Amino acid sequence: MIRTVRRIYAFLIYVFLYLPLVVMIVYSFNASKFSMAWKGATLDWYVKLLGNTGLMQAAWHSLLIAALAATCSSLLGALIAMALHRWRFPSRKVIHSSLFVMMMSPDIVIGISLLVLFMALSLPLGFWTLLMAHVTLCVPFVVITVHARMLGFDPHVVEAARDLGAGDYEVFRYIVLPMTFPAVLAGWFMSFTLSIDDVIISFFTTGPTFEVLPLRIYSMVRLGLKPEVNALCALMIGITAVAVFFSQRLLKEKP
Amino acid sequence: MKTNGFFKQAVIIGSIAWMALFAFIPNILVGLASFCSTSAQNFIEPVWGFHNYGQLMDQAHLDILLSSLRLSGLVTLICLVVAYPFAAILARTRKDKRNTLLLLVIIPFWTNSLVRTYAMTAMLNSSGIVNNLLIFLGIISEPLAMMYTPGAVVLGLVYTLLPFMILPLYAALERLDRRYLEAARDLGASPWKAFWRVVVPLTMPGIVSGCMLVFLPGIGMFYVSDVLGGARAMLLGNFIRDQFLSTRNWPLGAAASVTLTALMGIMLLLYWHSTRRLGQDSAL
Repeated sequence: MIRTVRRIYAFLIYVFLYLPLVVMIVYSFNASKFSMAWKGATLDWYVKLLGNTGLMQAAWHSLLIAALAATCSSLLGALIAMALHRWRFPSRKVIHSSLFVMMMSPDIVIGISLLVLFMALSLPLGFWTLLMAHVTLCVPFVVITVHARMLGFDPHVVEAARDLGAGDYEVFRYIVLPMTFPAVLAGWFMSFTLSIDDVIISFFTTGPTFEVLPLRIYSMVRLGLKPEVNALCALMIGITAVAVFFSQRLLKEKP
Repeated sequence: MKTNGFFKQAVIIGSIAWMALFAFIPNILVGLASFCSTSAQNFIEPVWGFHNYGQLMDQAHLDILLSSLRLSGLVTLICLVVAYPFAAILARTRKDKRNTLLLLVIIPFWTNSLVRTYAMTAMLNSSGIVNNLLIFLGIISEPLAMMYTPGAVVLGLVYTLLPFMILPLYAALERLDRRYLEAARDLGASPWKAFWRVVVPLTMPGIVSGCMLVFLPGIGMFYVSDVLGGARAMLLGNFIRDQFLSTRNWPLGAAASVTLTALMGIMLLLYWHSTRRLGQDSAL
């Protein structure tokens, strides 16, 4: 009896989480333009999407920023994680706590603080500011993921390498990076999704010269329902699902 | 032993410099800006004072702040009540099935929340699924106006933020040692009492971090209120955005942002306190 109740409850939660997404994906194939009534299946909206150059450019910008931000932040994150893990230096604890606080910070607070920074440095808002903002958003997640994996390490491996004459760089390049590689790669996928899904930070840190997909969707959504938006959102859900699947697989791998 | 101290120095100094430039300095600048004034020529004029915080305490601004806190508090409470049993069920599922079930929570966790908010509009529209279903079932005869109401904003926020409550609760419940529960029951505690006196305190870090991950974005996610709530800006996030982008009163927006940061500080202290009590490693 209790088992059944539990199952039904869990099932209902999944319905709540997925029904809107499934409905949207189904409607992205709906031939009817104006109503929600089903008028047969079509790929028209996807074709239309490909023909919309503005949208395609925004999508390209988003992918570019996501790939660059993910690469920069996984490298930077791995280095910071190693610094926190291996070396004792002043402000180490402060940095560790601050990264945790940054991860918890509401996006709007991060977005505004970076906007103010870029204004103070009188940098024009666009590609570079957006990239820096996304790296800032992602680095804490990478550091925490990679650091968690480093805690599971056998410290003797590093000691052995050092005894055999490896310097700090060699230890990083040949020991730490390969051993944490699954976590770094998981961090890469995590950063990729964080970047491509971000609305609020991009909203404050990019300018009209460099438009990204979520902001484009935001302005389209505010104007009301459109079948192309359904198709676009369905694609974004697909990309996220694939990235999440890979990052989870990588995190499961044993060190 | 080869010592290339240069690499070590570079990494440490680089880490500190990066943190300083992108984490500390921006927040200090926002803090400073919140004590400045604004003028027609400059967004920020260095005329110092507490006037922005005074202005936030105006009736109109205070109303926005309090209604935003109320709304987000309600969303947090709903998420907590809905997610706790679910996380408990998840934590007790067999291991092989659990990973799949967990992945199904993680996917929406990472999916663009704007996309998910938009998906909600297709449900709530006058021609949407919910209305059609209710009409089909004969419960209502005319479509209900569900969009552009505070209820729609609450539902949208619950929908987008629920996974952020489930995952920390799951993490806490999964590491809960069930023997404590058995011990409590053996010593004569009723199931209810065992839950309140044993399970809840032991999962408190998960509860607090889940609440933090729902409550704070619930104040800031202006696009949910835009898309589902229509023209009425209901969240502090909408207010902050407007100060920066349309009204152009940056110092006032900065003061609102500092207020939000202060709320986060309070919640972090609660989290720290709850992990401390259990003698767990807090990340702080």
